[in-house]
Amino acid sequence: MSSKRSLVGILLSSPTLAVLFFLLIGVSAHAADPAVVNSPEAIEVGKTVFNANCKTCHKLDQKYIGPALRGATDRNSAEWVKTWIKNSGEVIASGDSYAVALYKEYNNSIMPAYTFLSDAELDGLLSYIEYGDVVDPNAAAATIGGETGAVGAGGGIPSEYLTVILGVLILVLLLILVVLGLIISVLTKYINRQDLPEDDKEFVSQKFELGKVFKSDAFIIVITALVIALVAKTAIDGLYSVGVQQGYAPAQPIAFSHALHAGQYEIACQYCHTGVEIGKSANIPSANICMNCHTHIQNVGGKEGISPEIQKIYNAVDNNQPIEWVRVHNLPDLAYFNHSQHVAVGGIECQTCHGPIQEMEVVGQHSSLTMGWCIDCHRQTEVATQGNAYYDKLVQLHSDSKDALKVKDIGGLECAKCHY
Amino acid sequence: MKENKKTYWKGLEQLSNDPEFVKHADGEFAELPKTLGEDGSASRRDFLKVMGFSLAAASLAACEAPIRKAIPYVNKPIDINPSIPNYYASTFASGGDYAAVVVKTREGRPIKIDGNELSPINKGKVNAIVEASVLSLYDKQRLAGPMIGGAAAEWAALDTEVKSKLASAGTVKIVANTILSPSTEKALQEFAAVFGGAELIMYDPISNYGIAKAAETYFGSSVIPSYHFDKAKTIVSFGADFLGTWISPIEFAGAYAKTRKISKEKPEMSRHYQFESNLSMTGANADYRTPIKASQSGLAVLALYNAIASKSGAATVNAPKVEVANLDKAATDLLASKGASLVVSGSNDPNVQIVINAINELLGNNGVTVDFANPVFFRRGNDERMNQFVTELKSGQVGGVVFYNCNPVYDHARGAEIAEGIGKAKVSISTNGTLDETSSLVQIVAPDHHFLESWNDFQPKQGHFSLSQPTISPLFNTRQAQESFLVWAGSTTTYYDYLQANWNATLFPLAGNGATFQEFWDQALYNGVVSVETTPSAVSAIGDASVAASTVAQTYKADNEGPELVIYSKVGIGNGTFANNPWLQEMPDPITKATWDNYLTVSQKWAADNGVTMYEENTQKASISVNGKSLVVPILVQPGQANGTFGLAIGYGRTKAGRVADGVGVNAYDLLDASKGFINFDITTGVEIAVTGDSYKIARTQTHQTFMGRENVIQESVLSAYQADASAGRYKPEIYKDGEFIKPSKLSLWKGHQYSQHHWGLAIDMNSCIGCGACTVACQVENNVAVVGKQEVLNRREMAWIRIDRYYSSDAPADDLSGMEVAAENPEVTFQPMMCQQCNNAPCETVCPVAATTHSSEGLNQMTYNRCIGTRYCANNCPYKVRRFNWFKYHDNKDFAGVNIAQNDDLGKMVLNPDVTVRVRGVMEKCSMCVQRIQAGKLTAKREKRTVQDGEINMACAVACPTDALVFGDMNDPNSKVSKLLKIEETTSALKEVGEERAYHVLEEINVSPNVWYFTKIRNKEKNEA
Repeated sequence: MSSKRSLVGILLSSPTLAVLFFLLIGVSAHAADPAVVNSPEAIEVGKTVFNANCKTCHKLDQKYIGPALRGATDRNSAEWVKTWIKNSGEVIASGDSYAVALYKEYNNSIMPAYTFLSDAELDGLLSYIEYGDVVDPNAAAATIGGETGAVGAGGGIPSEYLTVILGVLILVLLLILVVLGLIISVLTKYINRQDLPEDDKEFVSQKFELGKVFKSDAFIIVITALVIALVAKTAIDGLYSVGVQQGYAPAQPIAFSHALHAGQYEIACQYCHTGVEIGKSANIPSANICMNCHTHIQNVGGKEGISPEIQKIYNAVDNNQPIEWVRVHNLPDLAYFNHSQHVAVGGIECQTCHGPIQEMEVVGQHSSLTMGWCIDCHRQTEVATQGNAYYDKLVQLHSDSKDALKVKDIGGLECAKCHY
Repeated sequence: MKENKKTYWKGLEQLSNDPEFVKHADGEFAELPKTLGEDGSASRRDFLKVMGFSLAAASLAACEAPIRKAIPYVNKPIDINPSIPNYYASTFASGGDYAAVVVKTREGRPIKIDGNELSPINKGKVNAIVEASVLSLYDKQRLAGPMIGGAAAEWAALDTEVKSKLASAGTVKIVANTILSPSTEKALQEFAAVFGGAELIMYDPISNYGIAKAAETYFGSSVIPSYHFDKAKTIVSFGADFLGTWISPIEFAGAYAKTRKISKEKPEMSRHYQFESNLSMTGANADYRTPIKASQSGLAVLALYNAIASKSGAATVNAPKVEVANLDKAATDLLASKGASLVVSGSNDPNVQIVINAINELLGNNGVTVDFANPVFFRRGNDERMNQFVTELKSGQVGGVVFYNCNPVYDHARGAEIAEGIGKAKVSISTNGTLDETSSLVQIVAPDHHFLESWNDFQPKQGHFSLSQPTISPLFNTRQAQESFLVWAGSTTTYYDYLQANWNATLFPLAGNGATFQEFWDQALYNGVVSVETTPSAVSAIGDASVAASTVAQTYKADNEGPELVIYSKVGIGNGTFANNPWLQEMPDPITKATWDNYLTVSQKWAADNGVTMYEENTQKASISVNGKSLVVPILVQPGQANGTFGLAIGYGRTKAGRVADGVGVNAYDLLDASKGFINFDITTGVEIAVTGDSYKIARTQTHQTFMGRENVIQESVLSAYQADASAGRYKPEIYKDGEFIKPSKLSLWKGHQYSQHHWGLAIDMNSCIGCGACTVACQVENNVAVVGKQEVLNRREMAWIRIDRYYSSDAPADDLSGMEVAAENPEVTFQPMMCQQCNNAPCETVCPVAATTHSSEGLNQMTYNRCIGTRYCANNCPYKVRRFNWFKYHDNKDFAGVNIAQNDDLGKMVLNPDVTVRVRGVMEKCSMCVQRIQAGKLTAKREKRTVQDGEINMACAVACPTDALVFGDMNDPNSKVSKLLKIEETTSALKEVGEERAYHVLEEINVSPNVWYFTKIRNKEKNEA
């Protein structure tokens, strides 16, 4: 009996423990630079800046393409961080040890310069980085302690928390199993001391046979159902991936490096992709655009002679033979996509869909380009209504709503927006 | 409630309640032809198909997507950006058929032709032929290069050959259709000067020589006048199909429609009388139409002359009496609107035209509605000279003959004789772009560019000029014909330089306005048109009509017994030059709704007398012989056909046009009569017609998409009733609910939609719609609509997204059979364009099991092809029958390669609109309100950070419409044209309350709440009767 009591004690105390556990790992109490203000207005400003510029590569509490940002003003002074954001290249070049270390840690890739951000925007950004969108650990723990059933639905809980929650659950279940086993053995012993009719005795003393379990109908049905479900899931997943070429990075006729042009030299995307703000197609640059620079730049790294790759451009121009690039992003003909709608009107960064293109030696398809992917973005993205008279009426009509005006609110999920 | 007691019917089989028709009318889809085995089991082929598909599907899932290339320019032209269309002002001209156009190009390919709004002639409008002409650019049948003696040659060799041969040929003649281009004529003169003053002979397949000849006699100058239908309050036409095919139909249709539009502010319209043998499209639009025999037509004109002359104190002429209904009434109306009336005749008989001139002179119309002082040049052909030329050619008097872009072997009355005579000339040259009936007989073919590849200028009307410019590099090794002439004349300038020099010398001093020539030229090229002030030549009647009148009195007969053949041209096919264009072949004729054929239109009485019955597509053949020449043609029973007359269209029966047109119909040019000094289209003697008894099927869309006799589809009234009550003729259904009658729109199952930004709507004025079908072809071009061919039209599977329903109506109640019979001899006609009505309570949306057709937040009924699984429930549930199912894969399918050329070979595919998906087999499609244009227009506005301006987004059909019958726009915008037209008071709710009394919904009582409104048809008649 004593063992039973102690188990109950453990069961009762487990929620408390869990809460404590999460408090310990969840709250990484840090001391931000006091210059960073914690006001809702500043955070709001910062959030906008973050979503427009940083979101592609950074997360607040998690390492992504770039480092996790929260605590940046803890690790360095706010002033340093601002200088870094404005032009990280310069900071690295100045030989700042922290900056150089960071540069090395991230494979010598440089964050683009954000010289256009105003001081107010930078202050806001820092406020947001430190104080914005904090996941409330108490709330998360309370969910676990209270109704475990709601865990799955809690979309806001980071995945590592979920793993811990699962672990704890399994532990609890195992403990319950042990307790039940103990109870059975205790009860069996107790019953054996009594005088029982023959039938009951036989029932009580029957041996647990594994073979019988395997042969039982229930077992076979459960296993069959599981197998069918597994096969069906694999098949459906497989079918969904037909035609999805995420990660497709074919070799190109010229070993053109976006990392060099867009990353290192920071040539604006629009310089070569001239159609991106005016038309449906972003345009693969014609050879004459290459020649704007490569008339002068004939080799890389200051080497003598003409690079064999650059020679290919010259050959194309001399022979009037266009360069046959391999298309990386292939949307089906039935889907209409227009770059200018997203870039010029929506103000979406190229990287949002194309990934960290400025780091790619060979361009690969970053996003899945499935309809689900499009729709997800249309559900979440706010319409860039600021200063665009086209949206004035829609903004006015939407002003009663608490939520921001998303693409989905103005028909962004309708079929004939992309299919006609 | 319902004052209109007329019965509406779409075809004789519906009028007579043919059991076969009734059976078919019930079903949305025609019965499927048998593809299964005789016993209904699957055939071996089906089995193989299924197996093949499974195999293909399995291998598809296993393999990677194919590698696709993205190939940029080497040196990108600055103005060409992939995916962004460019527009170039240019000019369509085929002989004397003319339209100033704007060509839309994508990635350097012309894909769509619209009218040029700056043009004072066609004012931004086009017709079906102009719309469709872009496809002829991509015709595989075009010649790929020059030919000598039937073999491919080099240009240099050809030039040497031509120069040496022509120099020793003797008399050289140049044969052409009407030439509108001053620079071309100048180049031809240079050519002629080198080769012994080679004579230029012009003829027109559809000749109006009679008008010019009459003008020569009556006014002293051989010209065709400008007609101003917009200034006419009373219009009387004797067989002139001026809305469809006569001289300058686009211009006339626009001007005519201005007089037919009515509103509360302008409750007046012109009155239109038509006296004709065949039921023409123009006749169908007339307020009073009288069928007359061709043999009487001259006498009818004389009768009108006498009626007017007697009342205006002029001398009358002696003529046999003819009983022509409505003629006195027409005379009264004409006299009441002196100086603001117009009498025209389609006759090519100069004597009849002289009497017409005299009538207009009596009415004071000359100089007002008929302007001989500012002539047009659309028809410059000289029938007499051409006739003489054929005789010369046949007798071997012509040493060298050059056919400049004309095909007289096919389209001249004496084509067979020309074919025979060509061999007698020492040298024969053609510049035709294809190896047609004429160019296949000549020794040397120097193919000209397509007009979209050419430089040229045009003077369609005195003082009005336009330019055409290349919109694509030449696709083949062709050369501009003018340049050929210049080379043969020994000149080395390009035609472009030649053209510029000519403009510099002639037009620039007149219209330069102080700019440099380059500025003037650039502006002219940008605008496409230039007008200069010209002093009209003083014109006064120098002739006397009495001689002509007495000749007419003798030539025409009041009591001709024999059958009479009236040869006409169709709105879609015209003179047959563009017959190889499948868009035109499949465009239903406005009246007969027949596709892919010409036929003998006969009156109902004749059909009954000769035991010919026609239900739906099934008919019989007849043999027709005219003075020894005979043809076998199918019969089409046509209400409104004057009894004793028979109609037959030219433009068919091509033998060397190409794979589309060859063998379609018969060539009626052979039956024309050239013996009278003019090409006579009315053959009144020597005609014999006999039913052969062979059965035949004419592919008509007429009885398809029937509304099953619901009479609230067409709502009409007469002018006097409209003036008294603007809602005259409106049928206002009401529904009984809880003890009261309410409007159907007040009772709905649905909660309704929210249209916060835009609400697209369309208003269609049935008073303006003349039924010409320009919209149907425009839609076909814009939306990559497939052509399905004759057999599939017979199977009722035509794909057109917009159709024009043509309803006949007669006064008699449905149970008065004899009464209806009388009315059907000459029924009233109403045209109603019908396309997806974009219902707010769309019945199609609710039945789609996969939500492939859904509603947008802008009022559109969206059709998502990639979601559609082809259950066809939507089409079954559509009350307007406007959904189209892809029964086959029409693209890349050799079974359709011969008809659907825009979607099968690489060349044809260049015409496709890249912004619209080509649909696959098994999906439903329908009018999308040109959603690609809506999206593009919105995007432009967004990029420019402004709201959408009214008019910048427009549907292809509405842009093409020569009469502005279709008005498209945003009904949420109170300042848009459509909102004002419909008088929409409150613009925020989804269900718009319309203030315009004439506006109605077709089938309003079922409350599907369409976003398309129709305006009641108002006829300018005394009484509401047929």
